[in-house]
Amino acid sequence: MSAVVHLPGPGRPGSVLKDLLTQVARGDQDAFSRLYDAIAAPVLGLVRRVVRDPAQSEEVAQEVMLEVWRTAARYRADQGDVMPWVLTIAHRRAVDRVRSAQAAADRDQRAAAASHTPAFDDVAEQVEGRLEREQVRRCMKTLTDLQREALTLAYYRGYTYPQVAEVLGAPLGTIKTRMRDALIRLRDCLGVGA
Amino acid sequence: MSTADLHTLTGAYAAHALDPDESAEFEHHLARCAACAQEVTEFAATLARLGGAQAVLPPPDLKARVMAALPTLRQDAPRTAPAQGRRGGRLAKGWAKLAVAACLALAAGAGGIAVQQHQQAEQARARAAALQQQQERLAGLLTAPDARTVTAAAQGGNGLGTVVWSHSRGQVGFLASGMPAPAAGTTYELWFDDAGTMRPAGLLPTGDGSLLLTGALDGASGIGVTVEPAGGSAHPTTAPLMLLPIT
Repeated sequence: MSAVVHLPGPGRPGSVLKDLLTQVARGDQDAFSRLYDAIAAPVLGLVRRVVRDPAQSEEVAQEVMLEVWRTAARYRADQGDVMPWVLTIAHRRAVDRVRSAQAAADRDQRAAAASHTPAFDDVAEQVEGRLEREQVRRCMKTLTDLQREALTLAYYRGYTYPQVAEVLGAPLGTIKTRMRDALIRLRDCLGVGA
Repeated sequence: MSTADLHTLTGAYAAHALDPDESAEFEHHLARCAACAQEVTEFAATLARLGGAQAVLPPPDLKARVMAALPTLRQDAPRTAPAQGRRGGRLAKGWAKLAVAACLALAAGAGGIAVQQHQQAEQARARAAALQQQQERLAGLLTAPDARTVTAAAQGGNGLGTVVWSHSRGQVGFLASGMPAPAAGTTYELWFDDAGTMRPAGLLPTGDGSLLLTGALDGASGIGVTVEPAGGSAHPTTAPLMLLPIT
């Protein structure tokens, strides 16, 4: 365990975000503005990674932000920090979007029209968190190929685990356990939790 | 599915890789399995690190759109037992403030004739109630599963307009943000674009407000905004400030 480097997660320290979210739950728009500044980059980044299409990603990110505003009072501090809570919402909405057949049709149509859209990847390096990215990359390398591929297809592409099993040609049970094993290993490598 | 099998689903569940039925079954199990709940919490935090590492710089207008939509959304109540809380108190405050603001605005415009004040207040209450109802319908629309939005800048770069629509509800809302107040004797008018024919969709007398459009979506291909004489027009009489496509 001595090799584990504990870096703060993305964004601001957890307690600051918790305080902001408490104020947001009371309808404080200034607090929401500050919370937005802390969470917008990770939210849009994750959504873009899953959804791909820039215009649709912005729509989904906007929906996520409004859901955070709407459901702030539902957040429970005993169920983890604010950033995981927010990014769980973001991931669920992104996955819902890519799984909708309607969205698939839209995406194809828009891809043709999207050539003028700014390439946000170009500016990604300006956003804080290069160390964070390095650490995640390093920990991903500690996974077996099957663990990494299963987790990547599910989390970054929004595949269901039967779809992951299909693509990787592995039994369902194997994929289930590999995804859990992958997360256990990453959790320990990143120093998450207890 | 056996309990042991269910427990191995923590990873797939945290990564949203279960289908809705399995996810519901797992959540049922989760409520009674503290170890599973702990693991899911840790996995969510782990995945947040993976997600956070993808951060990209958001475009500034995204924040403007989000902030503009906040006042139209009713916030959920906390998850507490009804007997414990001052239910409604804190949540209703936003709407109460809105109603009071509307009353004050109308009363201020009404002048100081005492006899009229009661009547004015009654009208203000009715207006505020109608406004609240409209805001709630707009909030409902914003959270429809198939709600879509498109935003454009007004001609000349004066402010933003956002259209939100839901085919399942057949409804359209419009949110103005930072647009100049219409000159005296004029109003913003919204239009459904039915293949080039403009159908009146409602009036918006301010540059920072929202409106649930009157009339059904009915296959309209876009929403237009023009400046019209107060009271509105049956057909546009000025060039559109913006035309937002609906897909």
